[in-house]
Amino acid sequence: MSAFISLSRAMTLGLIRDRSAVFLTLVFPLMFLALFGALLQDDGVSRSTVIQVGEVGVLDDMSGERLAELSDALTVRRTGALGPALEDVRGGDADAVIWEEAGRLQLRYSAADPARAGTVVGLLESIVQTANVAATGQPPEFELTIGQVEDESIKPIQYLAPGLLGWAVATGASFMSAFTLVNWRKKRVLRRLWLAPVSPATVIGARVGVSLGLAFAQTAIFLAVATVPFYGLRLTGSWWLALPLVACGALAFMSIGLLVGAWATSEEAANGAVQVVILPMAFLSGSFFPTDDMPGWLRAVSGVLPLKYLNEAVQDVLTRGEGWEAALPTAGGLLLFTAVVTAVAARVFRWDDT
Amino acid sequence: MSDTGAAIAVEGLRKRYGDVQAVDGVTFEVGRGEFYGILGPNGAGKTTTLELVEGLREPDEGTARLLGRPSWPRDPALLARIGVQLQTSAFFDKLTAREQIRTFAALYGVPAARADAMLGTVGLTDKAHVRDDKLSGGQAQRLSLACALVHDPELVFLDEPTTGLDPQARRNLWDLLREINAAGRTIVLTTHYLDEAELLCDRVAIMDAGRVLRVGAPAALIRELGVATLEDVFLRLTGREYRG
Repeated sequence: MSAFISLSRAMTLGLIRDRSAVFLTLVFPLMFLALFGALLQDDGVSRSTVIQVGEVGVLDDMSGERLAELSDALTVRRTGALGPALEDVRGGDADAVIWEEAGRLQLRYSAADPARAGTVVGLLESIVQTANVAATGQPPEFELTIGQVEDESIKPIQYLAPGLLGWAVATGASFMSAFTLVNWRKKRVLRRLWLAPVSPATVIGARVGVSLGLAFAQTAIFLAVATVPFYGLRLTGSWWLALPLVACGALAFMSIGLLVGAWATSEEAANGAVQVVILPMAFLSGSFFPTDDMPGWLRAVSGVLPLKYLNEAVQDVLTRGEGWEAALPTAGGLLLFTAVVTAVAARVFRWDDT
Repeated sequence: MSDTGAAIAVEGLRKRYGDVQAVDGVTFEVGRGEFYGILGPNGAGKTTTLELVEGLREPDEGTARLLGRPSWPRDPALLARIGVQLQTSAFFDKLTAREQIRTFAALYGVPAARADAMLGTVGLTDKAHVRDDKLSGGQAQRLSLACALVHDPELVFLDEPTTGLDPQARRNLWDLLREINAAGRTIVLTTHYLDEAELLCDRVAIMDAGRVLRVGAPAALIRELGVATLEDVFLRLTGREYRG
C-alpha cells in the first residue's frame, strides 16, 4: 500500500471511529435539516383561522371550487355561541370571528399580529365583494388573472438544504484539520512523520483528500435527505456545480482549521474554538434562516464571511437554476481566501507544544 | 565517506533555546553494530542531542553524519535507513496495533505481511486488534519499537525506551534490544537507568549541562575511576554525590 493511501486510510478510520466527530459533522446538521425541514413545511405564513357563528350566507353559499381555493389560506370553524368565539380570538386561538346580525355581516379580529389581521380582513372583504358582484347578476367589469411563479418562491427547504450543508461542510473541514494538527503535534506524529521518508505533499494531500471525501459524503447525504418527497427539494439543471463549490468551501474551512490548530493546545480547545468561529458565522451567513431582514451593519459583517458566499452560490446552482456564472466567482474567492489564510497559518505553525 | 565509515559521526553540535544552552559542543562517534548509550540526569541535554543527531532539529553549530550522510537538511534517502522511537509513543489516533504498524510500514514502502511479522517479533500478535490507548505501557513501548524497526533499519535511535515500565516489561524489552543488536544493527539509546546502560551498552557517553563528560565502555569507566558500579562513575562525573 502506498504511503498516500495508507495515511488516508488511517485518517478515515480515525474519523469514523470518533463518535463525537461523526455526530458533529454529520448527525447534528442532519438533525437540523430533518427538524427545520419538517417545522417549516408551510411557506412561512400559516393559514388563518376564522370562527363562523351561526349562519353566514357568503360563506355557506360558496361553491366547492372556491372553497378549495380558499382552503390554502383560510380555515373556517363553525360554532353556535358568539361569546366563547370572541374569547378565542382575544386569546389568540383564532384570528377572527364572523357572524350575521340583522342582515349585516360582522367581523371582529385581533390586532395582536397586524400582518395576520390584514390578511384575514382582506380575505373576507374580497369574499364579500365577490358575493356582491355575483348578486348584481352582471359580469364583473375588471378581472384579475392570477398565477404562481413557482421558481421565484423560496420554499424553506431551498435555502435550508444549501445553508445547513454549508454549515456542516464548514464545521467538518475546519474541525478535522484543526484536530489533526493538534493531535499529531501532541502525540508527536508530526515529528515522527518528519523522520520517515515521506514527502510533506503526500501527508498534506492525504489530509486534503480525506476532508474532500467527507465534504462530498456530507453533500450526498444532505441531498438524498432533502430530495425525499416529504422535504421536497427540487434540484435544478446545474446542481452538480455544487460539488466543486463544496470542494472549494472545504479547502477554505480547512485553512481556518489550520489557524485554529496552530493556536489550540488540546483537541477540546480546538473543537471549542471551531464552534466559536463557525456557529456565529453560520447564523450570519444564512445557514439557518434568510439574512434579508438583518440590519444593515449585520449584513455588512456577513458580507466578509466565506460561508455566506458558499451558501449563496450553492443555493444558486442547486435550486435557482444558475450555472457557471454563479459558481466561478465564488469558487475563485474561496480559493483566494484559502491561499491567504493558509499562508498565515504556515507562519504561526508550531512543530511542538512547548 | 562510504558505508565503511562510522555509523554516526557527530562534531561540535550546539543548540540554544532562549537563554538555555541545551547542547554545548557535543562530539562523539558510534561504530557499526555498536550498542551506544547516552546517559545523563534529567535536563542534561540527552533528548536534544538525539534530536539533533536524528535530523529532527537544525543545529546552531556542528554537524551530524549518519551512515556517511549529513542528517540536516532532511534527507529522505537517509531516513529510509534509520529507525526512530521518540520519547512519547507517536501513534495515529484510534487505530489498532496492527493498523498502526501497517501504516508506518507503508510510509517506508514495506508490505503489510512484514508489518504483521514484526508485530509477532515484539510479542503483540494477540494484541493486534487492540487500540493504542488500550495497550499497557510495556505493550505500547514494544509497539512503538516495532514501528521503528519495521523497515529493517541499519541504525536505530531510542529515546528512553524503558521509562515508566515495570521490571518485567523492562527485562522483556532488554532481551528484544539485545536480539536486534545481535542481528547487526547499530543502536543508540538515551536512558537515566544506569543498570540498563551497564547491562546493554558497549560504550556510553555521560552527559551533563549539554556537554559530554566522558565516553567509554562501562567496565573500563568503572575501572578507570576505581569505583564499584556505573552509577558511581555517573555520580562522580556529574558531581552530584553530595547533593540533597
